[in-house]
Amino acid sequence: MSKQRIKGWQDKTERVQNISTDQVSANTQTETTTTPKSKIGRRGFLIGATSAGFTMAFLPAALMTSTKSYGVERGSFEPTVWYSINPLGEITVNIAEAEMGQHIGTSLARIVAEELEADWKDVRLNYVDNEARYGYRVTGGSWSVWQNFDLLSRAGAAGRKALIEEGADLLGVSPLKCHARRSRVISGDKSVSYQEIVKKGDLSRRYSADDLADLQIKKPSQRNLIGADTQALDIPDKTRGTAVYGIDASYDGMVYAKPIVPPTRYDSRVLNVDDSGAKAVSGYRQTLQLEDPSGTVPGWALVIADSFHAALKAEKLIKVTWSNGPAVNVSEADILQHGRDLIEAGKGSTVVDDIFDGKTVSELMFDADDVIRAEYTTSTVLHFQLEPVNAIGLERNGMWELHAGNQWQSLSMPVYAKALGVKEEQIIMRTYLLGGGFGRRLNGDYGVPALLAAKALGKPVKVVFSREDDSRFDSPRSASVQSLAMGFNDNKKVVAFTHAAAAGWPSEVMADFFLGEGKNGEKFDPFSINGANHWYSLGAHQVTAVSNDLANRTFRPGWLRSVGPGWTNWALESFIDEAANRVNVDPIMFRLQHLSSRGKNAGSYPNSVGGARRLAAVLKRASKLSNWGKKLPDSTGMGVATTFGQERDMPTWCACVAQVHVDRSSGKVTVQKLTLVLDAGAIVHPDGALAQTEGAAMWGLSMALHEGTRFNNGQVVDTNLDTYTPLRMADIPEMEIEFVDSNYQSVGLGEPATTVVGPAIGNAIFQAVGVRMRDLPIRATGLKDALASLEKKSQAGSDSNQVV
Amino acid sequence: MSVKLSVNGKQRELDLPQDTPLLWVIRDELELKGTKFGCGIGQCGACTVHVDGVAIRSCITSVASVAGRAVTTIEGLDPQGNHALQQAWVEAQAPQCGYCQSGQIMQAASLLQANPSPTDETIVTSMNGNLCRCMAYGRIKKAIKIASAQEAGDE
Repeated sequence: MSKQRIKGWQDKTERVQNISTDQVSANTQTETTTTPKSKIGRRGFLIGATSAGFTMAFLPAALMTSTKSYGVERGSFEPTVWYSINPLGEITVNIAEAEMGQHIGTSLARIVAEELEADWKDVRLNYVDNEARYGYRVTGGSWSVWQNFDLLSRAGAAGRKALIEEGADLLGVSPLKCHARRSRVISGDKSVSYQEIVKKGDLSRRYSADDLADLQIKKPSQRNLIGADTQALDIPDKTRGTAVYGIDASYDGMVYAKPIVPPTRYDSRVLNVDDSGAKAVSGYRQTLQLEDPSGTVPGWALVIADSFHAALKAEKLIKVTWSNGPAVNVSEADILQHGRDLIEAGKGSTVVDDIFDGKTVSELMFDADDVIRAEYTTSTVLHFQLEPVNAIGLERNGMWELHAGNQWQSLSMPVYAKALGVKEEQIIMRTYLLGGGFGRRLNGDYGVPALLAAKALGKPVKVVFSREDDSRFDSPRSASVQSLAMGFNDNKKVVAFTHAAAAGWPSEVMADFFLGEGKNGEKFDPFSINGANHWYSLGAHQVTAVSNDLANRTFRPGWLRSVGPGWTNWALESFIDEAANRVNVDPIMFRLQHLSSRGKNAGSYPNSVGGARRLAAVLKRASKLSNWGKKLPDSTGMGVATTFGQERDMPTWCACVAQVHVDRSSGKVTVQKLTLVLDAGAIVHPDGALAQTEGAAMWGLSMALHEGTRFNNGQVVDTNLDTYTPLRMADIPEMEIEFVDSNYQSVGLGEPATTVVGPAIGNAIFQAVGVRMRDLPIRATGLKDALASLEKKSQAGSDSNQVV
Repeated sequence: MSVKLSVNGKQRELDLPQDTPLLWVIRDELELKGTKFGCGIGQCGACTVHVDGVAIRSCITSVASVAGRAVTTIEGLDPQGNHALQQAWVEAQAPQCGYCQSGQIMQAASLLQANPSPTDETIVTSMNGNLCRCMAYGRIKKAIKIASAQEAGDE
């Protein structure tokens, strides 16, 4: 149900409503605990007795007015069920989010348990399969806690109310004289456990929308679990080898399959398969060519064998010839040049077009006393989640099953239905832990070959991608080109700012209901331009989002941890440093001068209350913690950057100071320390929040200095760890991370710290050695060359700080 | 071809091609799923197990090459799953997605066996071949130090 809170830039309500008829109360979660009159109202709440205890559920509005008796047994209707208490007193919280390292089950269960007054030791997690009663399923965008906070708080509070009423009855006192604590209802020196209440009481209840809205939600000062230290419930199994990921699933009678990935993502067609050499491999069965009505895996063949090893071995002996799609000649340079051409031709969607002092960007740029311009680029990045994508497809009793880790079941289901030629109701997705998500498994394309093969062969098929297959079939982060300009008046005051970004657009290719409409009527992918709509006041402001159609045709662009801000914030925060340097103002001071909570940057209740001043606050704190401005050794520098995370509507305020050393002879950059300060509202699971921020910051560092690939002949060049080189233990810097103590709306933490590290490092390099790096990742060779040309320039007597 | 080996203390006799990587024998023949497949070229460390107590990459080790030897997987590290490193991993809340962690723990166990009190530098040298894509390296390092201190205290 109301998992659906899609956020972009403009009014998305209409687009949200197009996604699924199942999602109701789409606008509720953002109304915080302090707004009990939230719009949760299109659903009511149900507590029903079952043989297994009692169950808390939200149910469709229509049923609230029904006079029919109800139950929560499966099949009678399909409410969205959130937790249950069994006669043993075990409280099982159903988790509909993908568990992929963020310990989301723990955070969500803490929110329920807080209001339910559950004893934490009674709480269990149940990661549910994909069934309609759990509503719209997507885990991404750093949304999970933010989306679910109010919903689950009310689910918990409703349960507490019912338990107190029944507990009071059992104790023979008035409910008004009772309170609940640690799974007990207490009145003076008498008490009764939830377990006994479940056994003896009649907990059947229904609450109207108004009842729900009127439920008393705790004030932050009354919280016991939210914000308190705890250990994540998913961790112990992950230390014993007993945690079950998709790749660990097996099914009786299944055969193994390994993909033979065609030369191009699209438009390849198999011309001939010669498997004569493979027939001698013990366990080899056949090579299966796939016919895919969904168009997900065109030109694919699968090696079918009794074991994965046999499939791996056989594949080396199978010769497939294809007719290639046109992308077979496309290189990284072609993609970047195409993006550049599109920007120069003025293509794209005008996402922001704000005037200043009554004048447009063009007028102000024309009149400007000084204009600086720069182009920023980023390379293709692989997800490289450590568990290669995999899936089991099978049919059982007329139902299709897909066994795999997945982040966006509701996007995958229609694709699977189309591939199989069946209705979505005939498919169930079984849930597993994810050996890394990072956005890769938002796109469930890897499930398609498993289902197609199971259908063709009439038996369960487990498709496992080799690492190289996984890389070649990845939906990588698109390469990007960005063009920025800033105009200053004769008082060196910023009057106009333009930012155009061209990249492949994941939402255009896979989820076009997410596209917004720009001021010029052109569509844009909010995920690919978020970040450029910043909270600085920099005069007239124009943002243009450009879809790189050559990228879209060459590969399937993916959502990768942070998506657009991964490139937009690199350009924005580096360019702001260029601007500060242009007017000879300290980079932190320059930012603070342009952060004010006025006009469009005032923020609004509840998500962005306070606005830009909260970004200024974390920036000031990071300045202090890092001892900004301290004397540093030669070739060592500090750089700063900020981000508001993923979306203006859900800002996570974050500032980062990087201290780096540059080895002038090799161009090698060593990051010595990262200082991060974040204001993410109320923190639910403090250690989990810290772990997410550590991981996100290290992703930012890895993408800044260690990893990146390029397309050549329509394929990524780097497909395994011999040449693709993510951050290792030896590369981690000292880290100091601080969260602002806040009671504001909880927002997201999975991604924000990712995008702030790259520009902080680039800016630190500039402070250390005076060269401005504008291409990610920053390679030692590139920096060495830049140092050499700086040397040349300074010998020639030109201004080394001049902006291109 | 028949291959005999010991896995987690149990004698096993398997009829398999000699070149079958130990990883797939462990995972798909013996159904010990704690050992993971990551890269297939011995460079991520997710498949790390012990052969005669020493950490090796099972994805690039043929089953024939470990015939007659003692293989230990994460499931066999401690009968209760309560090895000092496993406890330390929980204390440090090291895993995120957790997929690499069996390999990380097996690598660390091999390190501590050879060097019960490793320096930071030794830890990094020994662990650098184990990729953690969630990049929980700081916590992994911390967990090894907790376990090392614990072991020292116990002696």
